Order: sequence, then C-alpha cells, then structure tokens
Amino acid sequence: MSGNGIVIEGLQKRYGSGDTLVDALKGVDMQVAPAEVVGLVGPSGSGKSTLLKCLGAVIEPSAGRMRLGEEMIYDGGWKIRDLRALRRDKIGFVFQAPYLIPFLDVLDNVALLPMLAGERNGVARKRAMELLEALDVGHRAKAMPAQLSGGEQQRVAIARALVNHPPVILADEPTAPLDSQRALAVIAILNDMARQYETAIIIVTHDEKIIPTFKRIYHIRDGRTHEEAGEGKSPHELIKTDKA
Amino acid sequence: MISLAGRDILHGWVRFLMTGFGLGLLIGVTLSMAGIYRGMVDDANVLIDNSGADLWVVQQGTLGPYAEPSSLYEDTYCSIIGMAGVARAANVTYLTMQVRHGGGDVRAMVVGVVPGGPGEPGQPGFLVAGRHLTGGHYEVVADVKAGCALGDTVIIRRNRFRVVGLTRRMVSSGGDPMLFIPLKDAQEAQFLKDNDMLLQQRRRTAQNPGFNRPNVPGLLDAIIASQTTSLYVNAVLVQLKPGYAPEAVAKDIQRWQRLQVYTRSQMRTILVDKLIATSAKQIGMFLVILSIVSAAIVAFIIYTMTMAKIREIAVLKLIGTRNRVIASMILQQAIGLGAIGFVVGKIAATLWSPFFPRYVLLEPGDAIRGFIIVMVISVLASILAITAALKVDPAEAIGG
Ligand SMILES: Nc1ncnc2c1ncn2[C@@H]1O[C@H](COP(=O)(O)OP(=O)(O)OP(=O)(O)O)[C@@H](O)[C@H]1O
Ligand SMILES: [Mg+2]
Repeated sequence: MSGNGIVIEGLQKRYGSGDTLVDALKGVDMQVAPAEVVGLVGPSGSGKSTLLKCLGAVIEPSAGRMRLGEEMIYDGGWKIRDLRALRRDKIGFVFQAPYLIPFLDVLDNVALLPMLAGERNGVARKRAMELLEALDVGHRAKAMPAQLSGGEQQRVAIARALVNHPPVILADEPTAPLDSQRALAVIAILNDMARQYETAIIIVTHDEKIIPTFKRIYHIRDGRTHEEAGEGKSPHELIKTDKA
Repeated sequence: MISLAGRDILHGWVRFLMTGFGLGLLIGVTLSMAGIYRGMVDDANVLIDNSGADLWVVQQGTLGPYAEPSSLYEDTYCSIIGMAGVARAANVTYLTMQVRHGGGDVRAMVVGVVPGGPGEPGQPGFLVAGRHLTGGHYEVVADVKAGCALGDTVIIRRNRFRVVGLTRRMVSSGGDPMLFIPLKDAQEAQFLKDNDMLLQQRRRTAQNPGFNRPNVPGLLDAIIASQTTSLYVNAVLVQLKPGYAPEAVAKDIQRWQRLQVYTRSQMRTILVDKLIATSAKQIGMFLVILSIVSAAIVAFIIYTMTMAKIREIAVLKLIGTRNRVIASMILQQAIGLGAIGFVVGKIAATLWSPFFPRYVLLEPGDAIRGFIIVMVISVLASILAITAALKVDPAEAIGG
C-alpha cells in the first residue's frame, strides 16, 4: 500500500435516538502507517469495537472522515459504493472468537476469500496453504474447524484475515481466549505480517501481556482518543523471557 | 469457487438425508393420492370398456345403471334387438352387496349376465383361470380382487355359488370386485325377499278383497307368484353393427322405446364427471393440503437450517460474500432437499401402491408434474430463509 495507511479525523458515532441515544464515539483522531501495529485500549464500553466496526465499513459513522491509503472511504457519508468489496479486498478482520465456517475445512476457510474475489480454486488454495504453513497450522489444513484447538483456530482466523493481503487488519481482542504464550505468538505473527505485507494493523486489547509490545498505543475514553508511546518490546523476546 | 451449499450439506449429511427422507414420505403420500385419483378414473374407463357395450339402455330419466338405480322390464331387450343397427343386446343387473366367502364378508358388485361367451355384452372380457358361465345355475366368475379361488363357494344372499372362472380388472366404479352370475340367479338375489316378508306379503295380498275373490279361483295364487318372481333388469347393453353411429341408434331407441340411452362417451362423462366427482374433489383437496403442508415443511426446514448458521452467514457477509452467493447457497439446499424428497417419494409411492385396496395408477406425467411442483415449492419455500439471511447485519458477527 502506498500512501499513508489509515487516517481517521473527528470520527463520531451515535447509536439510537431519543431515550436510547448513545454517543459511542465523540471525536476520534487516529493515524496508522503501513507496516505499523498500534494498540487500542480503553475501559469497557468506551467505543473500541464501535471504532473498528466503523473503520471496517460494518456500521456507518455519524460524522468525520476516514481514509484508507489514497482512498477517502468516509467523509460525512460513504464515498464508496461497494462496501462488501472494500471489506473483502482491503480489510482483514480478526475477532475474539475465530468464527470459522464450520462446514468448510481449514484450507477452504482460508481459501474462500481469494475465491470470493474471483481467484481460481487452485491458486486460492495454494496461497491459503502457504499462509497456514507460515502460521504453523499447515498440517491441519484438511481438518474441520471443530477439530482444532482454540489457538489453532485463532491462527486459521488470522490466516483468513491475511490471505487477500489487505492493507488494513482490524483485530478486536484477538488474544482473549489464548494463554500468554499463544497470545504473544499471535502478536508476533501479526507483527511479522505487518512488516512483510506493509499492513497497517490495529489491535484492540485488554491483555496486559501484549500491551508492552506496542510502539504506539491509543487510549480511548469517553468516546475520544489520546495517543501515547508504548514500550515497543519484541513479542519474540517476551515469549522467551516468559518461558524462562 | 466451491459450492457452499454442497459443503454444508456434506457436513451434516445424515440430518439432511433424514429430513429429505421424511419429506419424501410426505411427497410419496401426495403422489399416491394423485395415483388413487388416476386409478379411479382408470377403473371407470375399464368398467366401460370391459362391459363390451356400445350403448346402455336404462330406465327413462335415470343416470343408470352405475350412477343411479334403474329398472326395466326384462323383455325390453326383445324390442331393442329388432331395431336398425343393433347387433346384440343383453340384459344385465348390477347390485353392490356383501357376499360371504371363506368365513368372511367381501363387498362386491354382483353382475347378472345372460350366460354366453366373451363378446356378449356384459360378459367378463377375459379370464385368468377357469371358464365362462355356461347355462348352469349357481356359478360365478369372480374378479381376482375378491380373493376367491377356482372351486370356492361364494354365498350371495341365501344361495351358494361355485367359482368357475377368474377375471381381472373388473371392478365397479366404487372399486369393488365384480362377481358375474347368471341373470336369473342375480334377479333372484336382487329382488329376493326373506321368508317373513314373503309371508307378510302373502297375508296382505290375501286380505285385499280385490285380489282374494272367492269366485275367481287361482287369482290370488297368480298374483302372489307374480309378486315373488322378478321380471326386472337394471339395463340392456347393446352392441352395434359396424357402420352405425351410436348417437343415431341411441336416438332411435330413445324415441321409440321411451327409454334412456347412453353412448360410451356419455357413460364416461357420467362415471368420471358425476359419479367420482366428489371423490375427485376430495382427493384434490387433499392434494392441495398436502402441497401446502410440504411447502410449509420445506420452508420451515430451510428456515431453521439457515437460522442455525446465521452467524456463519454474518461472517460470510463480513468477509465480503455477495448476497447472490448466499441466496444461491440457500436456494440450492432447498432444491436439493426437494430433489431428495421427490426421489424418495417416487420410490415410496411405487413400493407401497400394490398394497392399496384400490387400483393406484402412477402416471409418468403426474410424476413430472409432481417434480415441477416440488421444485417450485422448494424455490418459494427458500424465499423466507433467503430474506432472513439477507437481512442479517454483518456487525452481528463481530459482537465485541
Ligand atoms: N448496536 C448498538 N446499539 C446501541 N448502543 C450500542 C451498540 N453497540 C454498542 N453500543 C454502545 O456503544 C458504547 C460503545 O460500545 P463498544 O462495543 O464500542 O465498547 P467497547 O469499547 O468495545 O467495550 P468492550 O471492551 O466491553 O468490548 C457502549 O456504551 C455500548 O453500550
Ligand atoms: Mg468491544
């Protein structure tokens, strides 16, 4: 991705109306460069998931601007017609739960995305397999999701988020179901992928173990963001010290 | 692209097959229903064809002899046989009743015919065993559905009949097997009164001073004799000479003899349009209900199947799957279910149709129509599920 990664300016999101009105986002500013991994932390109900959903074009913001790379995607209204194509081609999602498709085997869970984008089955599967191997679940490619451990499932979900090489990955508490070893391993993978594919990654987390790995952290409180420098420790190093 | 529908079905194929099987039994019932209707029509046609008649002569103003009671003097046929265009004419009686056979009761249509051979109107057309009725008394040619064997004894009213021949596909429009007996015996059975009644009738007649005249000896006896022997039949079956139009001859008989005459096509109309019309409507109603029930079941199953994977559908949408792909996944599953159901239904209907007491005629045309209806129902039934699936908000997949 050329250009400036993710740029968010003055983003607002209001849920409901009247009595049920909630101002979840009141003015969010954020910038993530290509190949950068930033953390997004904040108390429960502060609007973290809401922010990711807006950025992922899953819900519509109420005001503000959002830019992905060169492309203005939201400026007081969607600037793009085909939001599904945007999600498919530009954005990878990783959630707290892996949400794999239970009736597809691991390989096709990942290969489905390039297939949906029009790639031939063979090419799509080859790309999926490479990623699964890189994430160390290649040997489980023919298994069904239900036969995998939680950590394996999460790695498959990461492979799925990465397989179309999206310029942006949005991860909402991706390490919540994992022990600290595996959590750090997942962060390590995301860091490696960010570097390799120039991907801008936002990770929402509560996880004390992984917070030290971020170079930059956005705090969100009461619907507004504040930027802060992080420790920027290497997750690979942390895995070793954690083991020791 | 891989087939999402196919993969989902493979993933839960046991459940899918079982559901398809259940639906199939329902479709089988529906096909059998249609087959029962076709069987009724076919029975009516066979009844007409096998009677060997070109014209039916019955009592004036009646729809006899199958649809309404009709009685004629038994010598009516003598004047008919002399009319232009008539090759052969024969008296017949029809009476649907319980006959006793082998310790049980069988409902049968007892047909009284003038013993002759095949080709005489009213005779059973072909035999599967034994011989036709000859001149003798108390013999019967039975349809195999009556469950008799050659040499068996059948009791009709008070008389015992010996089975001398067996025929096939000779049933009344109500589906009862036919028993052919000599006309004289049939008249006796039809108009026979029990002893008490005879005594009573005799007493009443004797009490009537108009009949019991001391100065006319023998009058009372003659009247009583005429009361107890029947000289009626239900119809006269007529075969035409080649080259005569049935309508023309029918008109002649009608005009000169003051009788009601029906041609083959008129008789067909009476049997199919009038006699079995109510049954046909009954079955039609059943077909409609069964179709609606099948549609509701397919809709319900597909809806439940879709709702069970609503989260996966939300994820599919989230990762950019087009509505078209999701809709076609659901549609394919509905059609797959319908197809399994149809195959199972067709096999089931074929397997169980011989066990029906009445003839069940499964027409290939009905099967094709049934298949089309099942497919249409499947498509319509999936609309509900597709609508629900397309409404799912991808945000639901994320939670958070
Ligand atoms: N669909 C919705 N309708 C109305 N209000 C909502 C909706 N989704 C979220 N909210 C409200 O918006 C606010 C922000 O919610 P959000 O889910 O973004 O918080 P969060 O930071 O992700 O919290 P957590 O850490 O618990 O996941 C909350 O007050 C929440 O109740
Ligand atoms: Mg959240």
